[in-house]
Amino acid sequence: MASSKDLESSGISSSKIRLSGSSKVFYVICYTVVILVALICLIPFLLLISGSFTSEQWIRFNGFSLWPGEFSLEAYNIIFKTPMRIVRAYGVSILITAVGTLLGLLLTALTAYVISRKDFKYRNALSFFFYFTTLFNGGMVSTYIFYIRYLRLQDSLWALILPGMFNVFYLLIMRTFVNTIPFALVESAKLDGAGEWRIFFTIILPLLKSGLATIGLFLALGYWNDWYNAMLYMKTEAKYPLQYMLYAIQQQTQALAAIASQAGIQVQNLPSNSLKLAMAVVATGPILILYPFVQRYFIAGIAVGSVKG
Amino acid sequence: MIHTKKNGFVAEFKRNKALFAMAAPAIILVLVMQYLPMSGLVLAFKNYRYDLGVFRSPWNGLNNFKFLFSSGTGWLITRNTILYNLLNLITSQLLAVIIAIFLTEIHRKYVKKVSQTIILLPYFISWVVVGVFVFSIFNYETGLINTIVKATGGTPINFYQMPGAWPFIICAFNAWKWTGYNSVIYIAAITGIDDAINEAAAIDGATIFQRIRYITIPSIRPTLVTMILLQVGRILRGDFEMFYQIIGLNGQLYNATDVIDTYVFRSLVTNPDIGMTSAATFYQSVLCFVIIMVVNAIVKRVDEEYALF
Repeated sequence: MASSKDLESSGISSSKIRLSGSSKVFYVICYTVVILVALICLIPFLLLISGSFTSEQWIRFNGFSLWPGEFSLEAYNIIFKTPMRIVRAYGVSILITAVGTLLGLLLTALTAYVISRKDFKYRNALSFFFYFTTLFNGGMVSTYIFYIRYLRLQDSLWALILPGMFNVFYLLIMRTFVNTIPFALVESAKLDGAGEWRIFFTIILPLLKSGLATIGLFLALGYWNDWYNAMLYMKTEAKYPLQYMLYAIQQQTQALAAIASQAGIQVQNLPSNSLKLAMAVVATGPILILYPFVQRYFIAGIAVGSVKG
Repeated sequence: MIHTKKNGFVAEFKRNKALFAMAAPAIILVLVMQYLPMSGLVLAFKNYRYDLGVFRSPWNGLNNFKFLFSSGTGWLITRNTILYNLLNLITSQLLAVIIAIFLTEIHRKYVKKVSQTIILLPYFISWVVVGVFVFSIFNYETGLINTIVKATGGTPINFYQMPGAWPFIICAFNAWKWTGYNSVIYIAAITGIDDAINEAAAIDGATIFQRIRYITIPSIRPTLVTMILLQVGRILRGDFEMFYQIIGLNGQLYNATDVIDTYVFRSLVTNPDIGMTSAATFYQSVLCFVIIMVVNAIVKRVDEEYALF
């Protein structure tokens, strides 16, 4: 299994190699391209943060820039003056992320354990049952009609939780983690008279910590960033998760600005441009803060997932 | 293992009752959320009536397909979906391979770590926020590009009235979002190379270009083939979240940017023509399935190692 540590240490041995002229050219290109791409990746974030701290007047007159032309907190003031919408959306996002991640982890771990049990006759059939959904699915229309008409998911928070709870990709990654646990542990526990459920909860789960952390983070990220299910199934604004609330506010300010400009009215009091960016900062903030600490789990997960299972 | 006559399902169920119970929640969830909606694909051949539901609505043969393709929309969205997927596949994988090779060749730990962290960051950002980025960069009044254009004395560009610019913008943001993620996969493959091979090559006088050409690139070929196969299996699926957040409801851009998924979504929410949109998703699901089966069978015949399943 490749861990992030392995990834970082690769190629160290080759650093001892003496550099020839053409190698020097290579390294110049290599560093330039990587640093350039990293900067390009960073630009939108700079724009986002700078814009959210720029006064609306300045943006209207000069446009967005990578450095606040005129520093201002008015957008954040507006957000935090009437924070109920944002707080509620935060609440919804935290709730669906917590519930969905916990349930999804339990389901993924249980199922991964079952399909990695060599003494379970139907493990291949079961794997195929799950894998098939990646090859073929009902498509947007029939899924939408089914969820609303037959599962009655409209405006229910379950519509935000159930669709993202179980994923074949995560199942396969989790199975790789389960496979690192020696089966002899299970067998000896059985000989000692432990039941299957007890074996799973007292022996397997504690040994799956890094797998659970990895998949848990993937699940949590999926829930936190989801707006699609909210757009399809949520009707009540009080039940919007954060990302969809951001989208809704963005649409409203755009619509408002369009109406106002058609009517020849200056919407001076509404800092719509900086407000949008400040909202995006508020919605993305938790990810940006947590990212450096959890990055290695994602790198390990992506690397494990790329190995064909 | 002892093989008795008791090998049927009932015997297996009795033997591993607990394992069946452990897999049951995921089986039920996938059955209800994924498999049941597949039956809704019959809507493609029906005249959907809200009062009658999926199964009692009357059949209407191939009329839905005729409408879809006779209006020209069917061909347009199919062409767009395929072209965007090809363009995105080539650019994002190529960039990811280059970044992966370069990152593993960078030996300054700090540069490497910081660059990789930044390049992976876009993967964690929701498409809603990416939509905010795009608007902040390209809009006519306040966009970053027009800020620069105005500052240098040029005439502002109205990107939202230039359909031709959007394939490039979409392609750029797709690469921006996925390069980091994909490069982690390739780095994992490169890290799998035994250091001794690189050292031996260096001692034999191989230049860095030769090492990349004859050691690194062959080592990532299987991963590259897998990634391409996975993408080919989705060639008719547009990345709805990306297209919807970048383009939104800008009708002027539809000809150049509408993919099957955005078309289906709009038809579903604006003027529900369930028959025609079902025809589009049916055609998308079935063709995707056929394509991946055929391509996988061909790959299997050429080289079994590279087949997906």
